[in-house]
Amino acid sequence: MNNRHTLSVLVENKPGVLTRFTGLIARRGFNIHSLAVGVTEHDELSRITVVVDVKDVPLEQVTKQLNKLVNVIKIVELEPATSVRRAHIIYKVKANATTRPQVAAAVEMFRAKIVDVGPDSVSVEATGELGKVEALREVLEPFGIKEIVQSGTVAIGRGSKSITDRALRN
Amino acid sequence: MAATPSAQSAGTGTAPSPAPVTATPSSIRRNSTPEVLTGAQAIVRSLELLEVETVFGLPGGTILPTYDPLFETDKIRHILVRHEQGAGHAAEGYAAASGKLGVCIATSGPGATNLITALADAHMDSVPIMAITGQQSSKLLGTDAFQEADIVGMTMPVTKHSFLVTKPEDIPSAILNAHHIATTGRPGPVLVDVTKDAQTGTAPFVWPEEPQLPGYRPILKPHAKQIREAVRLISDAQRPVFYIGGGVIRSQAEKELLKLAEATNIPVATTLMARGAFPDSHQLHLGMPGMHGSVPAVTALQKSDLLITIGARFDDRVTGNLDSFAPNAQVIHADIDPAEIGKNRDVDVAIVGDAREVLAEMLTEMRGKFPKALERQREPWWRFLNRLKTTYPLGYDTQDELCDPQYVISRISALTGPEAVYAAGVGQHQMWAAQFVEFERPKSWLNSGGLGTMGYSVPAAMGAKVAEPDRVVWAIDGDGCFQMTNQELATCALNDIPIKVAIINNSSLGMVRQWQTLFYDGRYSNTDLNTGHETIRIPDFVKLAEAYGCLALRVDSNDDVDAAIKTALETNDRPVVLDFTVPPDAMVWPMVAAGVSNDEIEYARGIRPEFDGEGDEQAENKIADAGTEEDGTVRSVAQIEGGLE
Repeated sequence: MNNRHTLSVLVENKPGVLTRFTGLIARRGFNIHSLAVGVTEHDELSRITVVVDVKDVPLEQVTKQLNKLVNVIKIVELEPATSVRRAHIIYKVKANATTRPQVAAAVEMFRAKIVDVGPDSVSVEATGELGKVEALREVLEPFGIKEIVQSGTVAIGRGSKSITDRALRN
Repeated sequence: MAATPSAQSAGTGTAPSPAPVTATPSSIRRNSTPEVLTGAQAIVRSLELLEVETVFGLPGGTILPTYDPLFETDKIRHILVRHEQGAGHAAEGYAAASGKLGVCIATSGPGATNLITALADAHMDSVPIMAITGQQSSKLLGTDAFQEADIVGMTMPVTKHSFLVTKPEDIPSAILNAHHIATTGRPGPVLVDVTKDAQTGTAPFVWPEEPQLPGYRPILKPHAKQIREAVRLISDAQRPVFYIGGGVIRSQAEKELLKLAEATNIPVATTLMARGAFPDSHQLHLGMPGMHGSVPAVTALQKSDLLITIGARFDDRVTGNLDSFAPNAQVIHADIDPAEIGKNRDVDVAIVGDAREVLAEMLTEMRGKFPKALERQREPWWRFLNRLKTTYPLGYDTQDELCDPQYVISRISALTGPEAVYAAGVGQHQMWAAQFVEFERPKSWLNSGGLGTMGYSVPAAMGAKVAEPDRVVWAIDGDGCFQMTNQELATCALNDIPIKVAIINNSSLGMVRQWQTLFYDGRYSNTDLNTGHETIRIPDFVKLAEAYGCLALRVDSNDDVDAAIKTALETNDRPVVLDFTVPPDAMVWPMVAAGVSNDEIEYARGIRPEFDGEGDEQAENKIADAGTEEDGTVRSVAQIEGGLE
């Protein structure tokens, strides 16, 4: 896990920016662990939250290369201690009348939610640090996981500062 | 958990929208009533405002609208090439010889894809060029329309940046931004892809006051603390060497380099991309490092205790096996591109900045606070290096028949002089040219260093001659390379661009053949081109060149070399092609085989200079002991090996 870093990247909201971003990462042989893209409070900016695995390449090389992209405005590393990081995940778990209460109990323990129930399955939604939602998976695994869908991690710095404001001031 | 109330996202949850393309100029000069122009006219007007004087191109369906106003302007000379790759390399040659932006134009689809090699070449060698391509109408984009190619997508990895313009009003800002990105910071190629409807549509022409690029801020001024650290290392170093790359040429830092090198008495090695950044004739110059570098330059880097790296990037062709490269050296690395620093080799002092400012500030800092850096003479180091210089000069074995390629090139250099421009293709002739042309000034050497593009030479020479019409421009080419782009001789002949081409014709893909000789047991798989001595000579280069309206001569012996070169130098009413017949077995030496340590350099086949790769102190003692005699006599390799052991 030490090799993973969460980068919050402000980019211009223009067509092709995501292609440039992911293309560069692929071309330079960096590893993406997760990726999330969305709007910001400024129409002209988008934010990419990327978790990179930097076992083979120093993080500095990744951020320097990304910074060379003309559409990239700012890159900030969000440290675990000073940021809130969340991933969203939905598991479709085998559950019949007998096992459903057990699944429900596990879900309760993780403060996750059952969002859909079928005759022989339930869908469980969880939000949290990636470690937490992965722990839930271990608990659900014995029942049989039929399908997993997961969002990229999104992250934001703790406290009142906003990286968007600082980026726009320059 | 701390609440974060400040960044409340409006959150419709959509990704960066793939919808309308905008490159909105946000600062606009408020003229009374801006003139309404077509997008095509706006392209031409923008180029005029950027003082672009020459463009190289070839029209086609989707760029046709732009060719109409281009026909009219008397401020821009359009040179019609025979293949778009030629336009791309011509723009590169124009830029590399003059230091100005080179511009090429092509139509969509195959026209644009034909530019890709030149864009990739310019990307690797940091050449400021702008490519303007036509594109299918915005309504047809994504439908596989005739001659539609996603050229922006295809060239993302090989351009510094690119723009897709679908509205006429966005053209001026796109071209201004493209020019700014291409020519500032680390220079490079920028593509502007303009849809046909953007060219035919009309909009008020509004020229932005300045480029609007919030994410693009190259750092030019080096950090004072880093300069001080660098100078501190220099003042303490026993065996420092300047490892100079092409960045010094791009930033026009040659005067600052000369001053600093002379003030510190530190030797200089110039890489393939930096030939001419420091005068070859200067006593501080060691030659070129790398795979076919000189023994003094390769050895100096290898034995150094401090590499002062300016605008170079520790390319594998310079370092050889990276783990054993300059094992005892600390590294100062100055580059305008922060991503180059620490990419291949860990550094001790990183300096981000323009080479010219870095070199100038180093000297200022020395004069102020580190006079010691200017006083050291480092005599043992120089004794060692001078001994290498006298013992292992560049040389070659002369053959009994035909022309010696090295002789041909050194005569071209001697008879033409350092004010000329020399453009090479890629292969043996390129290495011989890098070794045997005497470079005395920057921007006199054009070649494809990073990408290694065969066929670069003729169109690049054409571009250089257009940029610098008063200089003699030589294309030193190979018989393989020449066959890739010689169609541009037609462009040269018809447009009064009298370049001189020297084909070093060894009737084969010579560098590949050399590797087959050395590493594949002489199994010459598919390297014979049949263009040379005692072959069918297809094509006959003399006849081919004559067909293109050139003066052409074949030269088969060293005795006739000078006369042919003189004829070429006296002929300025048309291009000249000299077909120098050379033996296929001539090889480029010295050589460090790919992937091995630079310690394994061979001066000539099977002959290795002996130098110890051990620890600092031991090496220092040996260096101190090695050369007290300075009688200048060239001793045999055996003698010097003995001397160093």
